[in-house]
Amino acid sequence: MNRRAVFLLSTLGAVLLFLPSFAGQYVLSVATLFLFFAYTGQAWNIMMGFAGQLSLGHSLYLGVGAYAAAALYFHFGISPWAGMWLSVVLSVMLGASLGALAFRYGVSGVYFTLLTIAFAEFMHVGFDHFDWVGGSGGLFLKVGQRDQVDLLNLRGTPVMFYNVILTLTGAGFALSAWLLRSRAGYYWQAIRENEEAAQALGINTFRWKVLAIITSAAMTALGGVFFAFYYNNLFPEQIFNMSRSIEIILGPIIGGIGTLFGPILGAALLTVLADGSTEIVAAIGWDVPGIKQLFYAVVLLIVIIFLPHGVWPALARKLRITE
Amino acid sequence: MSFDIVNFANVIASGALTGLVYGLMALGLSVIFGVARVVNFAHGEMMTIAMYVTVFLFASLNLNPFLAVFPVAAAFFIFGYVLQATVINPFITRPDHAQFMLLLAIAIIMTNALLILFGPDARSVRLDSLLESIELGPLLIDRGKFYAALVALGTAIALFGFFRFTRTGTAIRACADNWLGAKVVGLDVKRLYAVAFGLGAACVGVAGSMMTLLVDLTPALGPAFTLLGFVIVIVGGLGSMTGALVGGVLIGVSEAVAGLFITPSAKSMFSFALLILVLIFRPRGLLGNKL
Repeated sequence: MNRRAVFLLSTLGAVLLFLPSFAGQYVLSVATLFLFFAYTGQAWNIMMGFAGQLSLGHSLYLGVGAYAAAALYFHFGISPWAGMWLSVVLSVMLGASLGALAFRYGVSGVYFTLLTIAFAEFMHVGFDHFDWVGGSGGLFLKVGQRDQVDLLNLRGTPVMFYNVILTLTGAGFALSAWLLRSRAGYYWQAIRENEEAAQALGINTFRWKVLAIITSAAMTALGGVFFAFYYNNLFPEQIFNMSRSIEIILGPIIGGIGTLFGPILGAALLTVLADGSTEIVAAIGWDVPGIKQLFYAVVLLIVIIFLPHGVWPALARKLRITE
Repeated sequence: MSFDIVNFANVIASGALTGLVYGLMALGLSVIFGVARVVNFAHGEMMTIAMYVTVFLFASLNLNPFLAVFPVAAAFFIFGYVLQATVINPFITRPDHAQFMLLLAIAIIMTNALLILFGPDARSVRLDSLLESIELGPLLIDRGKFYAALVALGTAIALFGFFRFTRTGTAIRACADNWLGAKVVGLDVKRLYAVAFGLGAACVGVAGSMMTLLVDLTPALGPAFTLLGFVIVIVGGLGSMTGALVGGVLIGVSEAVAGLFITPSAKSMFSFALLILVLIFRPRGLLGNKL
């Protein structure tokens, strides 16, 4: 990272850290959503951006992570700080078995991507009929007092939730930066660029690809825990939906996959875009269901066609920033 | 639960007929992938558009879906051709994920455009002439379903004939087999890709017109059909044409049987389990040859 990158990072960090002291409720809720997508985007980016394994089924890890911690809290009053370990373990097991099955039998490329979708959809239908967690009717957590902070049970004010997701995002960034420069990161990039060459160099591609999936899955599961306790309700139809997976990957794709700042920039752009489009639509009184998604998709289309590597690499070159 | 053999046979027959229409839709997906190497993530959404066009033609012009297939197929051929020639062709050399995202974006645009235009309410086509069932020995077969399956089968046979007996069809197969070789002998590969995409789109157009006779229509059907199409072509073998039809019938029957034994809403779980098993143990699909 050059000095410009460090400067950018510390400015961004400082602004985000002090945001609750001057921002209102509305800005804070938008910023929370932004950080959530920045974080989950970082998680997906490890698997796709670093190791080149395209998952379109990340809602699987998000949903399982969310449901595991929420169900433990709902049924037994177990704190999410304990419950999140179950979330992580389950997601890691799912990710590892998906990866092991796929890579053991040489499933790759398109087939691998379709397998990730199939796993997520399988779980979607499964949770629709899993009555212990409410089935398709949903799971609802008791809403605590919004003005008292109960960090142990993750019940509290919007500021508390903001700080939790900010911490997660910061940790996600640090982990990504460290991984990218670590032995794992170099192996992953070698596999991404040319798997056969990597194998010829003696890299156990099977092991490192599975490792990329479980790292990504574990991170996404923690995002799911946050999601469950922030929104207090879970529906299989929403959390396991393929559109949820797409939402997760839009940020890094628009920002620039395989980069450190890309997922964050992408999430920021999308949040501004989503919010801006809602306002515009409301202002001209054209508020029909679907218009927002339509707007979203058109922007996505434009970015894919004209900026194939995402916004960040182009911007970084302009600003002379190296990661 | 008393096990009724006649009832069971009826369910299987009904599932197989629905499966043929599924199969035609999947055939379109398979042709597009087999030739142009494009994974059409907007396939189900295209199907839904075909259904809306058919329902619209029926409601406004009182045009029977069996007649509507002709204009719908023609329009979809042109639509597919233009889509491939203008938007998708530049993406052929880009990495997989870029192509996926492109088609996903197109799919989202389609679904939401339908939602904006038609609203979330369910629509359907009701033909009085199709209310009576056909009696075939002890079997009672839904007339609409039967004719729909016949049309699907006929379209598939026509497509097989096209690929086997016409020069363009042979050229397209050459492109699919060896892209570079086809280019070397002077075939216009990009145009043939566009023709293939157009044919795939026409298949989905016909399948959509027929599907209006089988299910009620909402904009949200699109993604579900896309997933169903993937399940079928992977079970049958991605890129294999007979595989798509066989896979369609297999999934149609298994869905119908699953609906009989477990709750109907869980029947897609069965299909996805089948998909996962096939992907793992026979990734090229049941009838897929090596790609």
